[in-house]
Amino acid sequence: MTTTTTTPSRWKRFRNSYLVYSFKRDWIAQCCLAIFLCLLLGAICAPWLAPMNPYDLTQISILDSELPPMWIDGADPLFPLGTDAQGRDLLSTILYGARVSLIIGFGAVILQAVIGVTVGLLAGYLGGRIDAFLMRLADIQLSFSTLMVAIIVGAVIKAIFGGATYSAYAVWLLVLIIGLAEWPQYARTVRASVLAERSKEYVDAARVMGYRDRRIMFRHILPNTLSPIFVISTVQIANAIISEAALSFLGLGMPETQPSLGSLIKSGFDYLQSGSWWITLIPGTVLVVLVLVVNLLGDWLRDVMNPRLYKG
Amino acid sequence: MALLEVSNLDVRFALRQGEVRALRDVSFTLDRGERLGIVGESGAGKSVAAFTLLNLIAKPGYIAGGSIRFEGSDLARMSSRELRRVRGNRISMIFQDPMMTLNPVLSIGEQMVESLKAHRRISTQEARAIALHKLKQVYIPSPETRLDQYPHELSGGMRQRIIIAIALLLDPDIIVADEPTTALDVTIQAEIMTLLRELCEKHNVGLVLITHDLGVVSQMTQRTLVMYAGRVIEQGPTREIINDAQHPYTQGLLNALPQMTTPGSRLNQIPGSMPSLSNTPSGCAFHPRCQYRYDATGQPRRDCLDQVPEFVTSGNCQVACHMVRDMLAKEAS
Amino acid sequence: MNAVATQASPATPTSSATDSLLEIRGLYKHFPLAEGFLEQLRFEKGRLVRRNDSVHAINGVDLAVRRGEALCVVGESGCGKSTVARLVMGLLSPSAGEIRYDGHRIDDLRGKRLLPYRQRMQMIFQNPYASLNPRMTIQQTLEEPLRFHHPEWTTPQIHDKVAEVMASVGIDPEWGKRFGHEFSGGQRQRIAIARALAVDPEFIVADEPISALDVSIQAQVLNLLMDAQAERHLTYLFITHDLAVVEHFGTRVAVMYLGTVCELADTRSLFARPRHPYTQALLSAIPRLEDNRPEHVRLSGEVPTPVHLPSGCVFHGRCPHVTERCRQEVPQLIATDDGNRVACHGVEEGRL
Repeated sequence: MTTTTTTPSRWKRFRNSYLVYSFKRDWIAQCCLAIFLCLLLGAICAPWLAPMNPYDLTQISILDSELPPMWIDGADPLFPLGTDAQGRDLLSTILYGARVSLIIGFGAVILQAVIGVTVGLLAGYLGGRIDAFLMRLADIQLSFSTLMVAIIVGAVIKAIFGGATYSAYAVWLLVLIIGLAEWPQYARTVRASVLAERSKEYVDAARVMGYRDRRIMFRHILPNTLSPIFVISTVQIANAIISEAALSFLGLGMPETQPSLGSLIKSGFDYLQSGSWWITLIPGTVLVVLVLVVNLLGDWLRDVMNPRLYKG
Repeated sequence: MALLEVSNLDVRFALRQGEVRALRDVSFTLDRGERLGIVGESGAGKSVAAFTLLNLIAKPGYIAGGSIRFEGSDLARMSSRELRRVRGNRISMIFQDPMMTLNPVLSIGEQMVESLKAHRRISTQEARAIALHKLKQVYIPSPETRLDQYPHELSGGMRQRIIIAIALLLDPDIIVADEPTTALDVTIQAEIMTLLRELCEKHNVGLVLITHDLGVVSQMTQRTLVMYAGRVIEQGPTREIINDAQHPYTQGLLNALPQMTTPGSRLNQIPGSMPSLSNTPSGCAFHPRCQYRYDATGQPRRDCLDQVPEFVTSGNCQVACHMVRDMLAKEAS
Repeated sequence: MNAVATQASPATPTSSATDSLLEIRGLYKHFPLAEGFLEQLRFEKGRLVRRNDSVHAINGVDLAVRRGEALCVVGESGCGKSTVARLVMGLLSPSAGEIRYDGHRIDDLRGKRLLPYRQRMQMIFQNPYASLNPRMTIQQTLEEPLRFHHPEWTTPQIHDKVAEVMASVGIDPEWGKRFGHEFSGGQRQRIAIARALAVDPEFIVADEPISALDVSIQAQVLNLLMDAQAERHLTYLFITHDLAVVEHFGTRVAVMYLGTVCELADTRSLFARPRHPYTQALLSAIPRLEDNRPEHVRLSGEVPTPVHLPSGCVFHGRCPHVTERCRQEVPQLIATDDGNRVACHGVEEGRL
């Protein structure tokens, strides 16, 4: 018989896991996580970190507009990254903007996951006509681009409630738009792994025990599909942030009074030719770095969680 | 000199948990036309042994010591170019899963012609004729049409016949067969085994048969090697091992078979299970499961716990067991 | 029991049910090859035709499992033996025919009405590496069925029951906190058996429970199953391809070929005197340890696909004793002089 060892605690098991092991050996993953945590922390703590509150009109002076960053002549030491066309401190605006982008990114992904996982589980487990119906629904959804959904939802909301209401709830509307537009990715991934799990004997054993379908789906099958869900979640967060930026850039997203990274880029775009490149390029760089580290972390996670790679 | 001479082979796998020793001090020989069986349960290292014979061990595994001398030259130290000349040509391999050898997008004929032309300077016509001849040797019905079929169009038994035909294609000296019939049904297994034995006898081909089935070994081979936890624990003529096994593990394996007890009564089980190769017990690896690990006074035997047993010769067999060594010493005195 | 009472309420056990726990009558199971309408369309000879081919997995099986026995179903892959097991357990629903448990029809029950039978009938699966939920600890795996079937039990009661079941299958209670993947195949199969025994069933369907295990572990698990049978008075439906195991374990044997039962006999008489040519071939093919075994019966050809069943006797294409009648007429299971049943024209005609 195997020697009985005392069961290690959850934390110890986690520390000995392959996840941590491969993380310790992958410096790219370590760098990415560090950068991501910095950005996340900066965004969360924006109200305390930022020198100014860009939403507070009393702190903004139009006389400070288009000041360059500190390493260029003519800069004001009060504004280390310069100011935008309205005289807002760019550093503060970026911190607040990253906050908006991340809220929308995470919020939209949570919504996508809730819809997508439920649909995928039902379609994969129940099969037959329900499967066919739900997956055709997903196909239809995919054929509407995010842009189309944003235009339709935005137009409807603006027409019914007016532009002011739209601006007030813009963050949550964007979560809704991006969440609704991109859930089929989750549904497809989850359905595929549910189909693989459903044919395994532990599911048959659960059915033989007489468990109800809901219990089998959520207690037995869902926990075994978590790895792919985690992996696509990282990609989806990056996608959602980009979608938000794109929508904002097109004027379908965040209003300029509460700028996200995307609307910041847009607001600076008109001044690109006039020499104030920093209004666009600095938030643009932050956006690229944010999306890149999230994607690299996702790649690393996919390599680790793909059992075929490490079990040989 | 033996055709194949494996001595003190040591194979390790460098894994993140540390180094795993898959084969330890494995030595055996194979004469021309001899059929040797390597028996063991999963985790005994028998498949690693088969792969090592052709130096097919891939990273993270490596040959840490010992030699595999085939006609005097050491396969463990050959360049990959020299190895290619031996693999498939002089020594060929039959895998458990036919689809590991067969390429699903090439027809049977294309695959056979390809490997013939890789080793010999012949025309496609000649190669096709040889392929056809080999298919006839393995009694494949309507071999001409089979040549143009794809692997998925054939049944499991037919595929394994084709694998045997491919293994024989270049008239090898040795065939290494790793569980060749485990995936097949009993009636098909019996046919394939009979065919393999007849062909080896007829063409004087040596056979190394890796299997977990003592019945198959008994029917197929002249000599048997029993492995446990990466080591050879008993070797000798098959009949002698089947009829009068010396090592407690071999005895246990044979006695555990249902046909060894009267129907309906409890089977003679060996307690416990094969240790993992990363955590093999000290001394004799079998000692935690062995019924002879206590001495006459009921105390655990120190030598079983601490020392790896050396081979002792009993009859025509070689056995690595302290208890057998003591019994032989007692008989001699 | 008189006939009037039986007619009056079909739910009461019929007279034949007094000795047979499970009865299968005229069972058929077909799996359609193409599910959707579009997948069924084929382009043949310049015309678009709709073809609805199906795999004929089970073609008219009648079996009865007697209380307290171990009925072994043997056959080669694709003969439908596992499908029989899954049909009995309600994992599949039959295309035709009925399954009665203790006199009650169970093949048309669903949901709550099937629940009482879920406790009385349990199943052990072939692959111990897939039959345990990888995300659940052993303790959770064993507790869940008890909490589900006995919601009124207190936690200490459940813990006691789990400890008792663990002890009876030889599992160290320490294992409870660990996960399935930390154990070897034999240990996992013990856990799977413990899970099945936890709800105190009286009937167990074992679908090749030892074929994925090593020889020395097979003996352990077979002993465990035999001990459980003796202690708990279990009835087994044991699916296997290993005739050596059948000879040891089975009370009676049903030999299946291509979805039909071709011989049904006492284990001892089947091994002493196999009647059906297929059984004879199967028996002679077992690799024996002895050197002096007779040459095995060579079968010609391969098992036909269950999509296009051969006419007449399903075995006629490979049978060495085939006649014209075998090619035309489907043989019925007929009783032989020693009380066993064989589906073979040759035996019926007295030429075999």
